[in-house]
Amino acid sequence: MNEPTIKILYFAWVQEQIGTDEEALTPPADIETIAGLVDWLKTQSDGHRNALSDVSRLRFAIDAEFADPHSPIAGAGEIAIFPPVTGGMR
Amino acid sequence: MISVRIADAAFDPYQALALFQRGHTESGAVASFIGLVRNQNDDKPVATLSLSHYPAMTEKKLLGFAETANNRWQIDRVLVIHRVGDMAPGDPIVLVACASAHRADAFAATEYLMDKLKTEAPFWKAEIAPDGARRWVDAREVDNERATRWDSVDK
Repeated sequence: MNEPTIKILYFAWVQEQIGTDEEALTPPADIETIAGLVDWLKTQSDGHRNALSDVSRLRFAIDAEFADPHSPIAGAGEIAIFPPVTGGMR
Repeated sequence: MISVRIADAAFDPYQALALFQRGHTESGAVASFIGLVRNQNDDKPVATLSLSHYPAMTEKKLLGFAETANNRWQIDRVLVIHRVGDMAPGDPIVLVACASAHRADAFAATEYLMDKLKTEAPFWKAEIAPDGARRWVDAREVDNERATRWDSVDK
């Protein structure tokens, strides 16, 4: 059986440390949440491990809606991983 | 009417405001906010501000904030223009304008939109110093605290 491929997007310093802005990956079927996905991504490369080591510094979106580490990833087409946002003006 | 635009090149907020107002004699009040790039931050000089974003999410979030403001307050029109890309000190980053019959709703909606833009829109700032050193700007707790003032509006 083929597991679904998920598009993973990275932004800001997460993108710099991992070295790519997006990749299409097929996580193992037993991964159910964002937190599980992040743990699996950390095994992909040193860059992934460094960028994703502290989940408290990361924020997430599933299909362009904010999500949290407990959010289920079933059915997700696109998952984004990024630092806390810093828009607007002070 | 709601208008939201992500601009990847310089824009003129004053010209945008003039267009926003023109021909709309029903609105007695226009409140606006213009955010500009500063030449320093945390006592460090800034030569370039580089703003990146998550395009698929940014426009959706901005439209959502504008619709919430439009439902909560008596607003005739909302305009949001937000820059992305590289900017120099003095360049406009963001323009928010709300037109209303009276000032109270225009002020409140404009402040609401700015607080939401700062805390819940997927933008990330990197500052480049005159010597070329690049650093990512950290989120500020005070901005998040400001934004919680609107929790009852968002419910």
